[in-house]
Amino acid sequence: MGTKRLTRSGPVAYAVLVVVLLASVFPLYYSFLIASKDNSALGDAVPSLVPGGNLFDNLTRVFDTVDFWLAMQNSLVVAGTVAISNVVLGTLAGFAFARLRFRGGNALFLVVVGTSMVPTQLGVIPLYMLMSDLDWYGTLQAVIVPALIGAFSVFWMRQACEESVPYELVEAARVDGCSVLKTFWHVAFPAVRPQAAVMGMFTFMTAWNDFFWPLIVLDPNDSPTVQVALSTLASGYYTDYSLMLSGASLAVLPVVAIFILLARQIVGGIMQGAVKG
Amino acid sequence: MSWRDKLGRLDTKYTPYLVIAPFFVVFGIFGLYPLLYTAWVSLHDWQLIDGDQGFTGLANYTALLSDGNFWNALGNTVSLFLLSTVPQLFAALGLATLLDRGLRGRAFWRAGVLLPNVISVAAVALVFAQLFGRDFGIVNALLGFVGIDPVDWRAETWASHLAISSMVMWRWTGYNALIYLAAMQSVPKDMYESAMLDGASRRRVFWSITVPSIRPTILFTVIVSTIGGMQLFVEPQLFDPGGTATGTGGDDRQFQTLVMYLYEKGFRLFDAGYSSAIAWVLFLVILVVAVVNFAVARRIASKG
Repeated sequence: MGTKRLTRSGPVAYAVLVVVLLASVFPLYYSFLIASKDNSALGDAVPSLVPGGNLFDNLTRVFDTVDFWLAMQNSLVVAGTVAISNVVLGTLAGFAFARLRFRGGNALFLVVVGTSMVPTQLGVIPLYMLMSDLDWYGTLQAVIVPALIGAFSVFWMRQACEESVPYELVEAARVDGCSVLKTFWHVAFPAVRPQAAVMGMFTFMTAWNDFFWPLIVLDPNDSPTVQVALSTLASGYYTDYSLMLSGASLAVLPVVAIFILLARQIVGGIMQGAVKG
Repeated sequence: MSWRDKLGRLDTKYTPYLVIAPFFVVFGIFGLYPLLYTAWVSLHDWQLIDGDQGFTGLANYTALLSDGNFWNALGNTVSLFLLSTVPQLFAALGLATLLDRGLRGRAFWRAGVLLPNVISVAAVALVFAQLFGRDFGIVNALLGFVGIDPVDWRAETWASHLAISSMVMWRWTGYNALIYLAAMQSVPKDMYESAMLDGASRRRVFWSITVPSIRPTILFTVIVSTIGGMQLFVEPQLFDPGGTATGTGGDDRQFQTLVMYLYEKGFRLFDAGYSSAIAWVLFLVILVVAVVNFAVARRIASKG
């Protein structure tokens, strides 16, 4: 007997998982499906689950309605900058908290963790006024700068340094006369590169998917990010689902591609980052 | 001491502060300052474009108390939060126990349940808006198969809340399941073994060993989903395609949340003072709900 009875999975477990998996994928498939159809084909009483032949027409209409290339390009700039900056600044701060001794270090780290409980979304009004004062309304830096470094990155990279950067190595480098930054660059950073890569992907996805703040601070008719451009597609006078979902499918594509490539690491990352019971 | 040693000392002493400084600068300017300044703005008649029109004390707050739209939005927010969070966390617990067993192709299943979480909420909202269409939506088509009349998912309060909650659940159940799974895997296996020897059933083991062992994780997910659930915005905002411009959440505001109301007042009607008052009340509501949740979750988790 032993724990086998508990840990073995019967066919029921697999059946449930298959259903869950289908439910996870279906809305995604459905949006590609609608994207491939003529809007009038949606009037069928029983929707057909076979793709239609209108994908390219619909995509062309997306690009005619909004400047989707520009929006993609903007999202790429925003998410790319935010990801790189979080990797660099987050790893530096994480390294300092994990491996350097300085007065107040532990207390300051607690402050970092505490800030993640603060719902910064609620400060949007003054944040918007601040951006207007800086003359940043409608510019990408209004979306980029506030996201340059976050508590999650610092927390994550501190954990990574604790795991992968041995004290002895840091000390040896210091004895050899390496400055703090040199030690970081030659000893710590190479050791945590895998974790930094996963973290960079996370922040890239989060920035790519962000909606609320870009909606407020960017001009939807000028040059917004992809997500804001999507809402423009949705706000037409009558709802053109094949247009909307063509745009949505396009916007989802890069993130899904990244996810499929890195699924193993990302899942492992989430499991690692969880609060242990 | 040589200049080199001196330099080295300065380096050891100050470089740590230098490298952690960016976080505090960014958080201070773009996180903390706006949040505190919101309180100040909320005490004024403050227009987003014309600026400060004078100190009015608590006038915005007293106006909120007699504002039917505010109470409506609060009710909707709580209703949506409960409908989406409670079933979601239970489903995640169940899913996690399934994933915790010996499975073939573990990585595949785990990645599969996480997939919805990487899709942007804007795209999800648009897809679900179509799935829950009144005339051509597939949900109504499926209901038709079992003889249920089509539901007008946007027009009715309960129906719209169910539809919006399903989006939230779809996106977050797998994510929470993985977090529970991580915690479950650090539960010592011999605890299970001795329970098995005592002849405990699967159900009994789950409630008496698994759940109490991962209590801190459950509390963590409850708090995080509370904060997220109370700030629901994109799902309901985009559930009503065409309504994005007004942001009222349906013709009768049947699914307008507090953040949507904040957005409508602040960025559609430019009443920054009033909008800031909503923000602070929302903050207090989040605090209260989080504390209540914490207490409830602690009791549930410590039972058995």
